Amino acid sequence: MVDLDQEIRDSKKGMTPIVKTITRFVMGIIVMFGAYIVLYGHLTPGGGFAGGVILACGYILLTLGFGKDVSLKKMNNLAASLLDNLGVLIFLSIGLLGTTAGYFFLNFIDHGQDFKLFSSGIIPLCNIAIALKVTSSLFAIFLALSIFGRFVSTLVEEEE
Amino acid sequence: MEIYLLTLLIFMIIGALIAIETKNLLSSVISVGVVGFTLSIAFLMLRAPDIAITQVVVEILILVVLIRATITRDNTSIEGRGGTFPFVSSLIFFGLFLIFAFFALKELPRFGEPLMKVSERYLRMGPEQTKAMNIVTGILLDFRAYDTIGEATVLLTSIVGAFCILRRRGRKLVEDADDEKTGILEDEDIKGSFEGF
Repeated sequence: MVDLDQEIRDSKKGMTPIVKTITRFVMGIIVMFGAYIVLYGHLTPGGGFAGGVILACGYILLTLGFGKDVSLKKMNNLAASLLDNLGVLIFLSIGLLGTTAGYFFLNFIDHGQDFKLFSSGIIPLCNIAIALKVTSSLFAIFLALSIFGRFVSTLVEEEE
Repeated sequence: MEIYLLTLLIFMIIGALIAIETKNLLSSVISVGVVGFTLSIAFLMLRAPDIAITQVVVEILILVVLIRATITRDNTSIEGRGGTFPFVSSLIFFGLFLIFAFFALKELPRFGEPLMKVSERYLRMGPEQTKAMNIVTGILLDFRAYDTIGEATVLLTSIVGAFCILRRRGRKLVEDADDEKTGILEDEDIKGSFEGF
């Protein structure tokens, strides 16, 4: 269950208490599932993109349930665009580090054993970088659509 | 197997047609969702769980964003039909498409029997060379990592473009601002559009 202050829990912003309670229950599971999809992307179906979209969906659920203030406190639009660029930079620098050992995107880390979490060299690292990028960029797009156009705030006022 | 797939495909085509033809924007968005979720089931039946997961998740995200965008517009239903010119031009282009598709689709390999020139090498050597047990991720991030970074660049560029278009204030000076309102809705406009809800 997501830990939230009492005042946020009791505030009138966002949707009904049913949605808020369900969101608090489900939020941790969503983040855990997203992280699992990202980290085990080289062993089970999934990968950076799918896991990143799941994490972004978690943030969007938080925005829809509790209003924009709660989710903006966790990640504001400046942090989202910074993380977006950081993800691409990490991915590109992993590729460039390969040139020190041979050529662009050479898998230069030790491959390890089959079916182990720490295996297959740079692939998990690339997955994490892509997940960072996808999460922050999709959440930033949602913020841009909902808050720059002030869709969410007016909806919230209307529902009160 | 193939009959189930055909049923799903026909269901998707019906959903897409309803999405185009319906008058209400909200039901149009829901029909688009029907198409996406059915597509994910089709991917699952074709034994592509990676794509199925991605399809489901992206569909949920797009549905949320589209519903958020459509129900806040004042005009959620479409009135009026297109004239004869769009109908005739689309008919002409459909005929052209059929003619070219007749010649192009003859050259393609049959469904379920791909050519497997490069991909056979990837499938044979992928697990031992990359040690990634999910061969799809192994190909995407090892053999084809160059493609993946191009994909990431496309995503970054589109997000930067969307941010530029959707920001609230333009960089123009107030005195030479445009007269007509463009793009972003002001508070008063939205308030006015919410009287009906």
